[in-house]
Amino acid sequence: MSPQATEGGAGGSAGLDPKSSTAASPPPPAFGRTLPSRGREARDSRITAGVIALGAIAILIGGAFVGLILEGVNDLSGAIAAFDGYLFRVARFTLWQAALSTLFSVVPALFVARALSRHPHFPGRGLILRLFAVPLALPAIVAALGVLALYGRAGYLAGLLTKISGGDWPGIYGLSGILVAHVFFNLPLATRLFLEALNAVPTDQWRLASQLGMSARAGFRLIEWPALRASLPGVAGLVFMLCITSFTIVLTLGGGPRASTLEVAIYQSLRFDFDPARAVALTLLQILLTLAVVAVLMRLGANVTGDANLSVAPRRYISSGRGETALDAALIALGLAFVAGPMLATVLSGLESDLMRLAGEATVQSAAATSLILACLAALLCVMLTLALAMARRALQLQRKAAGEKSFLEHMTDTGAGFVLVVPPIVIGAGWFVLLRHAGNVFALAPVMVVTVNAVMAMPFALRAVRPAYDAASERHERLCAQLGIRGWSRLRLIEWPVLRRPLSTAFAFAMALSLGDLGVIALFGSDSVQTLPYLLLARMGAYRTADAAGLALLLGLICLALMALADRLGKDTAQ
Amino acid sequence: MNSPMRPGGVDIRLEEVTFTYEDMRMRFDATIEAGQITSVMGASGAGKSTFLNLVAGFETATSGRVLIGGADVTAAPPSARPISMVFQENNLFAHLTVEQNVGLGRSPALKLAEADRTDIADALGRTGLAGKERRLPRELSGGERQRVAIARVLVRDRPVLLLDEPFASLGPALREDMVDLVMSVHRERGMTVVFVTHQPEDARRIGGNLLFLEQGKVIAAGKTEEFFGKNGPEAFRNYIGTGNAEPQSQEFARKPT
Amino acid sequence: MRTMLFSLVSTLAVAAALPAFAADKLTIYTYESFTSEWGPGPQVKKAFEAECGCEVDFVSVADGVALLNRVKLEGKSTKADIVLGLDTNLTAEAKETGLFAPSGVDLTNVKVPGGWSDDTFVPFDYGYFAVIYNTETLKNPPKSLKELVDGDANEKIAIQDPRTSTPGLGLLLWVKSVYGDKAPEAWAKLKNRVLTVTPGWSESYGLFTKGEAPMVLSYTTSPAYHMVAEKTDKYQAAPFEEGHYLQVEVAGITTTGAENPLAKKFMEFMVSPGFQDTIPETNWMFPAGKTEKPLDPAFDRLVKPAKTLAISAEDITANRKAWVEEWLGVMSK
Repeated sequence: MSPQATEGGAGGSAGLDPKSSTAASPPPPAFGRTLPSRGREARDSRITAGVIALGAIAILIGGAFVGLILEGVNDLSGAIAAFDGYLFRVARFTLWQAALSTLFSVVPALFVARALSRHPHFPGRGLILRLFAVPLALPAIVAALGVLALYGRAGYLAGLLTKISGGDWPGIYGLSGILVAHVFFNLPLATRLFLEALNAVPTDQWRLASQLGMSARAGFRLIEWPALRASLPGVAGLVFMLCITSFTIVLTLGGGPRASTLEVAIYQSLRFDFDPARAVALTLLQILLTLAVVAVLMRLGANVTGDANLSVAPRRYISSGRGETALDAALIALGLAFVAGPMLATVLSGLESDLMRLAGEATVQSAAATSLILACLAALLCVMLTLALAMARRALQLQRKAAGEKSFLEHMTDTGAGFVLVVPPIVIGAGWFVLLRHAGNVFALAPVMVVTVNAVMAMPFALRAVRPAYDAASERHERLCAQLGIRGWSRLRLIEWPVLRRPLSTAFAFAMALSLGDLGVIALFGSDSVQTLPYLLLARMGAYRTADAAGLALLLGLICLALMALADRLGKDTAQ
Repeated sequence: MNSPMRPGGVDIRLEEVTFTYEDMRMRFDATIEAGQITSVMGASGAGKSTFLNLVAGFETATSGRVLIGGADVTAAPPSARPISMVFQENNLFAHLTVEQNVGLGRSPALKLAEADRTDIADALGRTGLAGKERRLPRELSGGERQRVAIARVLVRDRPVLLLDEPFASLGPALREDMVDLVMSVHRERGMTVVFVTHQPEDARRIGGNLLFLEQGKVIAAGKTEEFFGKNGPEAFRNYIGTGNAEPQSQEFARKPT
Repeated sequence: MRTMLFSLVSTLAVAAALPAFAADKLTIYTYESFTSEWGPGPQVKKAFEAECGCEVDFVSVADGVALLNRVKLEGKSTKADIVLGLDTNLTAEAKETGLFAPSGVDLTNVKVPGGWSDDTFVPFDYGYFAVIYNTETLKNPPKSLKELVDGDANEKIAIQDPRTSTPGLGLLLWVKSVYGDKAPEAWAKLKNRVLTVTPGWSESYGLFTKGEAPMVLSYTTSPAYHMVAEKTDKYQAAPFEEGHYLQVEVAGITTTGAENPLAKKFMEFMVSPGFQDTIPETNWMFPAGKTEKPLDPAFDRLVKPAKTLAISAEDITANRKAWVEEWLGVMSK
């Protein structure tokens, strides 16, 4: 590792003491009289906020588990019987496909993100980044059909692929199909998250690099790679969790029950057999497996935290040669083609529908409004949770000694909270339904459930966008705030908000996009009270109205694109 | 917190304060006189910043006591100590104007009354920043930014001022001006000033007292002029070099923020 | 006559009582596509509300299976007066819960293949599972389940997972009723023709209409939709020599509903033309009772099964798990 590469991290932790812990305690009435005694830990209000956020998440997940366990405790036979040979094959396949999907999503994303970060100004760049958020908002079946429209037996590329392969193109059913669809979903996500990490590399490092005459290659090795590597475990962990819980894609493109995931087994145990004990056992297995993999990822990724950098609007000083520019352009084009292809197919089939009629339908309008309102509320809650967790994590990190072990709480605010992703929404929905079924009107709770669950599920993504920025801002401001006694609400209003507006609006838009495409939670609560756009889409698909469904998918994508544009605009106001 | 402190400074005592940073064990035992300027010098890694951080409250002593004006502040958070501090960099919030940055010294929530605004305007005038109230830090030079920090010190009006190599990145002439500004602020308010510096000429210009640190300990303390005299401590003379013309501090050309 | 009198009395009662009188409301749990805007729900609600002067409140969940789970979970305290949309695969299990009361409905007007004699559940429509194929891409569709099983493995079919989907379970039972103990061998062969197994009907039908597979498992009535609504004969059902597996959809009164006079009234309405008229072109199934309007001619062109296949509800309840395991064992190899 070169001195330049480590300067940011090491310099940061040496120059800025790791323990400006006692930032917040009530100001003493007058100096020289009562001051906090030594034994009392002055508690940072940020940690309190984080504990509250974690508590809320724990109640959401724990409550669901309690509900299911209470219901299922009488009959554990299903839970025990679940652990048969088939389950182990499923578990193996689940891990295998998730690992491959993660690999194929994350590695190319590293290079696409790097290419994008090296060329901060070219026409269409903003649009590409916005397009990269759209897959998140698409229901899995829409994405699967989009992928098949290209690579399927009857896809646009089938003719070409038949010529290449020499026989009739068999489509991409099986592991390859699962991988293609997962990469379609996750490559753009990973690219965006990596780009955030690269944007946090301080300008100084680039200046230094250019001053030292670093080549693009050296720049990558010494500047970009350390930044990417720091965010790699987090991003890979996120993608892995998304793939491990994949359901519709695995079943539809997998070609048969050979390709099945634990999530399917969980779904089956709740939907068909209603065996809560089994659902809980399988969910715990899923969490344990994920935990094991994430632990390995963390080891690969060096010190994930404490590497906060000054988040200065990046200016690139390394001038790329013509060859490198061409390579970057090719990389971006390739990434774009891969992501935009299925999207284009979705657009084309959407255009075949009667869009004007659809947009004019009262049901569509009200579903769109419902979706937007719910997604907006979920995103708001999500951003609040995220900010609380990011603040608490940073405060805890500052509080512990430089070399000290991370506390359980810090782990929870860090990676721990991400594990909500591997708790299937249907488990949360069913658990709470069981708990609340005798308490008044359960249907009225459906919107509340949708908002909370979506907020919590989007939180790990939002955290990726917010945390680096928060840590960087804290790196600069921590001592000053502590010195001047700026804390609590004042600090949030005067110091954090202006600096974090951009990442927060990115997080907000991400959370909204994710919530827009969600279908999971409503299943048991009854959907009459909450008719969302994706719900309507599936309903039309289920009623032979495939063209309408395609039109709605297009509508959903357009809404998502508009949201991303809005987020960019909101964030730009203060970007310096 | 808005009530102005009584004029004059208070003394600072570190009683057998120990602290471990990574592998380095430090132990400070020192008294800083009330109302005086005390320079703190020492080689890189000698513990100057840690010393200051222990006084400011950014580090908490493993054992021993820190007393400011006779009150035990060992465990008090930074903002609860009667201290203003100027850092080498990152003294200002980049997104707030000069006026707001200074105003934070009066109210951490930026709730400013008319009287506060007058004080802020006075402080800005006093530090030569009149007319730049609405500027953002990025529109200021490095020297001006540190002036904003000193204007905030004036508005904050605490009996102790800690300066952590605040002018290290400024040129010699500018640095002299800034040192003079600190001295005149000190003359006016009479607070206790602790000034960490690499530059022997700064310490010399200031006069007052000097603490010399080596390997996490205060190994010499006394009047600055005595340090620079013929009978100054040997370690100190080695540090500044006999000729005293090429101070070691050139090794770090820190960039301006 | 009695009905008329009853409705007269109840109309008067409604007029006399406060509008929010509890018994004026009928809560029906059903599946989503029933209440969707093209489902029978809206028309049924309107027609019955006009007749009874009451308010019908539909609560919908994903499908028949979710419906039964929902009622099981709520137990005796369920708000449902009527549960509408279970199928014959679920009735035995539903009865075991003890949450359903005898319907008391006169079944003489109920017409479903094989007849109906259940005292608790009343059919409202029926259909047959069938392989639907694209006439433009498949010139020689299989003429029997055996031909489907033994046929060209390059001509693919999209099916549904019996663990998550009703038609998926339907095919499983269909194969079981034709092959009996030899079902695993049949599945082992059929497996090669299966393009993919989707979690629900929508996904596989989507693949089919996108041209990914020339065949899909659906209902004999599916072509009616394409003929009536899309004016195309492109998609047709393949008649199978062994016969087609029957699905009958039913409704039942809960123990809660047994105390609401509107519940029985609705069940009677359900087998009357006022309800049955809506079924063919909203639910795309065959009506289980008399209709006033003749069915669209397209329905006459649908496949009429040579034989109706069905396994008794009790046998299904007893064996479903084992059969699904058996299927899984073959298909996941």
